[in-house]
This record gives sequence, C-alpha cells and structure tokens, in this order.
Amino acid sequence: MNKEKSYSSSGLKIFLWVALVLLVNGSALAKSSLNMTQGVTEFSKIAYDLHMIVLWVCVVIGVLVFGAMIYSMFAHRKSKGVTAAQFSHSTTAEIIWTVIPIVILIIIAFPATKALIKMEAPTDAEGKNIVMDMTIKVTGFQWKWKYDYLDEGISFLSTLKSDSNTARQIGSGINPATVENYLLDVDHPLVIPVDTNIRILLTANDVIHSWWVPEFGWKRDAVPGFVNEAWTNVKTIGTYRGQCAELCGKDHGFMPVVVNVVSKEDYANWVESQKGEQKVAAVKNNAQWSKADLISKGKEVFNSQCATCHQATGKGMPPTFPALDGSAVVNGPIDEQIKTVVFGRKGTSMAAFGGILSESDIAAAITYTRNAWGNTAKDAAQPKDVKKIKNS
Amino acid sequence: MSHAETHSHDHDHDHKPKGFVKRWLMTTNHKDIGTLYLIFSLIMFIFGGALAMIIRLELFQPGLQFVQPDFFNQLTTMHALIMVFGAVMPAFVGFANWMIPIMIGAPDMALPRMNNWSFWILPFAFTMLASTFFMDGGAPAAGWTLYPPLVLQGGHNLAFAVFAIHMLGISSIMGAINVIATIMNMRAPNMGYLKMPLFVWTWLITAFLLIAVMPVFAGAVTMLLTDHYFGTSFFNAAGGGDPVLFQHIFWFFGHPEVYIMILPSFGIISEIIPTFARKPLFGYVSMVYATAGIAFLSFIVWAHHMFSVGMPLGGELFFMYATFLISIPTGVKVFNWVSTMWKGSMTFETPMLFAVAFIILFTIGGFSGLMLAIAPADFQYHDTYFVVAHFHYVLVTGAVFAIIGGVYYWIPKWTGNMYSERLGKIHFWWSVISVNVLFFPQHFLGLAGMPRRIPDYSVQFANWNMWSSIGGFAFGLAQIFFCIIVWRTIKGKGTSKATDRVWEGAKGLEWFIPSPAPHHTFQDGAPVNDEHLAHVSSH
Repeated sequence: MNKEKSYSSSGLKIFLWVALVLLVNGSALAKSSLNMTQGVTEFSKIAYDLHMIVLWVCVVIGVLVFGAMIYSMFAHRKSKGVTAAQFSHSTTAEIIWTVIPIVILIIIAFPATKALIKMEAPTDAEGKNIVMDMTIKVTGFQWKWKYDYLDEGISFLSTLKSDSNTARQIGSGINPATVENYLLDVDHPLVIPVDTNIRILLTANDVIHSWWVPEFGWKRDAVPGFVNEAWTNVKTIGTYRGQCAELCGKDHGFMPVVVNVVSKEDYANWVESQKGEQKVAAVKNNAQWSKADLISKGKEVFNSQCATCHQATGKGMPPTFPALDGSAVVNGPIDEQIKTVVFGRKGTSMAAFGGILSESDIAAAITYTRNAWGNTAKDAAQPKDVKKIKNS
Repeated sequence: MSHAETHSHDHDHDHKPKGFVKRWLMTTNHKDIGTLYLIFSLIMFIFGGALAMIIRLELFQPGLQFVQPDFFNQLTTMHALIMVFGAVMPAFVGFANWMIPIMIGAPDMALPRMNNWSFWILPFAFTMLASTFFMDGGAPAAGWTLYPPLVLQGGHNLAFAVFAIHMLGISSIMGAINVIATIMNMRAPNMGYLKMPLFVWTWLITAFLLIAVMPVFAGAVTMLLTDHYFGTSFFNAAGGGDPVLFQHIFWFFGHPEVYIMILPSFGIISEIIPTFARKPLFGYVSMVYATAGIAFLSFIVWAHHMFSVGMPLGGELFFMYATFLISIPTGVKVFNWVSTMWKGSMTFETPMLFAVAFIILFTIGGFSGLMLAIAPADFQYHDTYFVVAHFHYVLVTGAVFAIIGGVYYWIPKWTGNMYSERLGKIHFWWSVISVNVLFFPQHFLGLAGMPRRIPDYSVQFANWNMWSSIGGFAFGLAQIFFCIIVWRTIKGKGTSKATDRVWEGAKGLEWFIPSPAPHHTFQDGAPVNDEHLAHVSSH
C-alpha cells in the first residue's frame, strides 16, 4: 500500500517538473521567432495582438483552474486521512462560472469583430473606403504560382528554386542546411512597392491552393473557377517568405511564396525592365528557331516546368503521371502533342499550359521531348505552330 | 436490496456458445460484441500509429530520407481515416456495448442481431480501405477531409474509399440506432433518465449526432463518386459546381464528428473522477445540459474550419461567435470535474491518473481551440502545425486518454483480473510525458509558420520537429507496452483476482455483478433502487 503511494506522488512530482520546464520554455520562446510573427502589415500586427490577448486569457484561466485542481490533488488525498465531503451542486458557483466566461468572450469579441471588418471591408480612419492603388492576380498551379500584374501587363511563373529542388530529392546527398533559404526560395519572386494598397485576386487552375505570407498576416484560398479577394499594404522594405497552405498534391510542400517589397522607385524600374523582357519574349514567339536551339531551350523549360511530374528521365510516375519516354502521344503526330500541352487533359493533373507558358517555351519543350530519351519522332515544333493551335 | 439478489439468476445461464465461429462470428451477446469492438479498435490504433511513426520518421530531420511526397500524403490521409473511424469511434462503441446494458440494468442491447452486423461490417470496410495501399496510384492522398478537386485526381482508390465510408456509415448508424433503442426502451424500473450514469447520457446524445451526420457524409462522398465516374459537376466550377460546397457539406458532418469522438470521453471521465474522489459527481444535471448544448452547437459552427476559404464578412462573424459559445458548456464540464475532486478523498490509481491528465490536457486543447476561433488570428493559424497540435491535444490526450483510462477502469470487470497497478502507472507516466514532447512543440512550429501536411520543411523548423519525433517514437512504444498490459490482464499474469466492487468509491449497477461479468446479466430484469445508482446528485 505504501509502495503504491510513493509511485503516485513521485510521479506527480515528475509531472509538475515537466510542466514547469514547458512553461518556462514557452515564455522564453514567446520572445523568439517561435511565436507568431508581428509581421510588416497592419493585419499581421492585429493578428499578433489578438493572438497574444487570447493566449494570456487562456494562461490566466489555466493557472486558476489547474492551480485549484493541483492544490486539491495534494490537499484532498485519502492518504492524508481526508474524508470526502458529499456536496454535489451549488447553483451560485454554477452561475458564476457560466457568466464569467460569457463576459470574457464578449470582451474578446469586440477587437476580433473590428479586425474582421477592417480586413473584409477596408476603410480608412474617416470610414471612407480605401482606394486600391494596384491589382495583382495570383493563380495557383500544381505546383507553382503565377502572378499577373493586371495594370502593367506583366506576367510570370514563380517556382521553387532549382538548388532547393535538387537538394530535396531522396538520396540527393545534399544537406538542406547548406542550401540558402531551403524550400523557401523561388526563381521569380513577386515584386511589389512599399506603402501601396494592393488588391490581390486569387484563383487556381487545377486544385485548391492557399497563398500565405506570414509577415502579411493572412492566408487566403485560391479556388479553381472562383476569384477570391484580399488586400495588403506592406510598410517595410524586405524579402518575405511563405508557402502554399492548402494540401494540393504531391509537391504541396514545395511551392513557396516569395515577395520582394521594394521602394516605389525601384518598383518603377523593375516594371520597365519586365516590360523589356516581355518584348523580347514577343520577338522570340514570332521567330523561326533552329532545332538545336529549341532542344537546348526545351530541356531547360522541361526540367523546370514538366519534370516534377514526368520526371527528368521522362519515365513519369505512372499511373498518375504517365511516362513521356516511349509515349504514343510524344511519338505520334506533333499537332496532337501540342493540343495536349496547350489545352491540358480534362480529369487529370495535366494542366492547360497554353495560358501559362509562352509559345516559344511550349514549342521548345515539345521539341525536346520528341528528341530526348528513346523517343523516335525527332521532329521540331515552332512557336507559330503552337500559336495556330492555340487560336484554333 | 442485497447484492446477491441483483444477480441471483445469472449463474445458471452462463452458457457461452462453443467454438470460434459460434462464439464470435455469430455472436449476439453485447459483451462479446463489445470485446470485438475493443480489440478491433486496438488493432486499428496500432496500425494507424504505425503510419504516424513513418510520418514522424520522415519529419525527424529536413530533407527527404525515407518516403516520396506522394506516399507521405497517403500516410497522413490514411493515418487520420484509420484513427478516426477505425480506432476512436469503434472503441467508444465497444464501451457502449459492454457498459450501457449493464449500467441501465438491461439484459442486452435492444437489437442484438443488428449489433452483430454493425460490428462485422468494420473489418471488411477497413480491409477494403487499406487495400488501396497496394493499388496503382496508391491510397487516397488528399487528406482525410477528401477535398475536391484534389481527391478526384487520385484514381480508383476514390471508389474504394467512398464505399468503405458508406459501410462505416451504415455500421455507425446501426450502432447508434441500437444505443438509442436500448436506452429508451430497456432501462430497469426506477432508472429514470436523470438517474442514468453520465456515460449513458453522453452516448445517447452522441448516437443522435451519428444519425444526423453520417448520412450527410455519405451524401458528400457519393457526390465525389458521381463527379469522378459519372460526369456530374457538383464540385467542378467548369460544370457550374463549386469545390467549396464540398467543404461546407464535409464540415457539417465533420464538426459534429469531432464531438462524436469527445462526448463519450466526457462520459467516461465523469464516471472515473467521482469514483476516485469518493464523492458524488458535481452538477450532474448541468453536465447533461452541457452535453446537449455542445451537441446542438456542433451543428452551427462548421465553417470555422473554412475561415480562409473566402467567406462573406457576415458568415465569418457568425461562425466566430457561435464557436465562442462552445467554450461555455465545455467550461462548465471542466469546472464540474474540478469541483468533484474538490474536498474529495482522492487516490490516484491508473484510471484516475489518465482522467486527471485528460482534464488538464484536453483543456489545453480547448484553449488552442478558442484561439483558433478568433477568425482574424485564424488567418495565421489555419492549416499550420498549430492546428495539428490543437486537434491532437483534444483527440489523443482527450479521446484516447479517456479510452485508455476507461479500459483500466473497467478491465477488472471485463476480465475478472486486476491489471498490474505498477505497470499501469509506468504506462501512464511514460505516455503523459512523451505525448507532451510529441505535441507541445507543434504549437511553436505552427506559430513559426510551418504548414501542415508537408513531407519536408525549411531548416528553421528542424529542432522542434526532432523533439516532436522523439516524443512520437516514445509515445508509440508506450502503446505497445499498453497492449502487453492488456494481454497480461486478460491472461491473468502477474495480476490478482478482481473483487465485484473493484474500486472502493465505485458506484453504479456494473459494480453489483460479479467480476468477470457473467455472459448474461439482468436476464430477469434488474430491481434497481437508489443504492445501485451511479454518481447522480441527490436533489
């Protein structure tokens, strides 16, 4: 009997010790980056403040309730010779512990309601609707983001940077710690100006994604066939990193969001340079390419856009992602393959790349696949062939 | 009323059918079916736990070491489906089968043949579901929430998953009908509704939740099936449908579903705490009302799982406020348990230890639930490891701890053998420490920005993931140890014979029959008077 007692009381001591360590640890971490970020927008600050308020409310309630309980566990033990009281209800107590939580909840509801209204129906201090300075459309793809600057006509894809992508493969032999911003870096980050009201429209091409930059204070789903709206105004220049937050298939963990927030001047310069690049791309789309150029460009496009599913070896991951090496489509009439790439395959993961990649990139990638591995077609597609099918 | 009179008729009727097929396959006995449910649940718990071990192994350090991302998604999906539908729910049905007829003085469940069927569907359903691992394209990989359009990309595993869910739904609905019919029709004379043990009350309410929401879930997955195979467009925007519609239907089922997994836990805890405090349950009537209140609220809070999906402001406000309300009846329950302990005369045998840990750790899960209810903050928390930490606190240290506590509490009655208190206490401390090492750091990971359902992560998350994995392996091993304890108890190894009463402070009809409980009890009805009643407050 004594033995039993010693087990439970030494066990209790261990438990309390662990709880204390966790508590001390927890409050130390609250100051480090392991707490929610305060971020760089009004909303991220609001979210942080609400988070901290409710956290402390919970801590206080927890200390009171668990404190009473732990006191009781020590004071009201049979081993101390206590005889059990036999009370079984107290209307007063029950009213008190129903009313107090209601009051606390009402108090929390006020700032939470204010914050939600601010986010969903943006108004300034005088209650006037906030005017948006620019609009960016974000489209989720498996597994990359596309950004369209609707006012500037700029548009590009943003995919996981190749050094991360190489390091993440099983058996790559690369230590992730040696890769800068492992899994949180992209080839083309979104660039936005500081101190600007930016409307962000979200949609998706295939499955539901969710666009999230913790420093901006929110995530919002990108739903295929629907357009969601959110907005932001970033106060601090810098680079901010986030990830897709809604499970979207095998590479869900590998489609980061990177946003460069730059000064308004730098942004204007960036826009000019992008427009220059778009002109170059237009020239490329109208040019006649040599087969060698198509193949070398095509390999680059294939490895960045197609290889996540069809694999760099062309072997694919059947049955979901078919092999291109030896495929009937890739070795058949070239127009059929162009149609497949431009319009996608309904009911499968094969996206319609006609609206994603440039005509020259599509022509190059197709030419590459028809000449790579054991494929025997060995012919070439020109950007104008792709254009013809796109417009058919 | 003496103890002998209550079961004087039982001894002569203890004819167990001979042979495995007759005894177990064709059984209509509520105790045997309860045993089958509990054993099935334990097997599924180990299976689902093994999947979780692979998940934690892959997440032990950054980089991909063991599994491909696609298989990782299959693991998370199947881990959840198996734990929810294979481990937790059948465990509670097992408790219901064993204890409800005894607790209300009934000879068996009201519909014994249907009872047999509702159990024997389960092994077939789960064989079908698990067989998808061996198919082309593998098991479902879109998460247990099965969101379209992603789930529709998965190939033919969808059909298997959908039909398995249909079978589970049929099993659950039949089980629920049986519970309701038994409680409403077969209570012993003098066993009024407000004299029933709280475990019976929580199951009665849970059964209504099951009947209300399982058909909704069946409907949702059937729409997935027709979208995939028959060209409908319920969830396809290109055909005039809406992928978000599925989320609304799913969570209209899904939120009551999480209460289906927690209300019977409340019932078990409400039996254990008064027994070891040697004091009546505080606020019995308010416990009943709080349970009913939680059940009602569970139907009007579903979209708090969808704050980031792009809802109108009015919708977000409504679901935020409604979710707040849940903390009130839940708080009442916690306060009542603490008041039951207050000024009691407590001892801390293994069931009590698990019950006390349940109260503290479930409440921590409740706190993070309140935080998640704050919509503007949820825009940050949503779909991160903070959510993973939250629902594992309420489901593992909540529901699973209640189940384990309940097993220790009633296993002497089921087997006639006392489990080894020493091993039970080792199991408890081993579990309670490792489970916190496993799940507490996940709060930090989520707040620091780690999304859920990812097979690999940025190096900034490495430390806490390693801690979480270490805790996970330790917790997994502890449950193997639990299986050994259960096995030894059944076999009577290193144990003593249990008395009829088992626990000094135990109250309720189950403690007036012999240990082990005879094959048939209360065949000629149970004359019940107040001394037999459970922890009901005397008004």
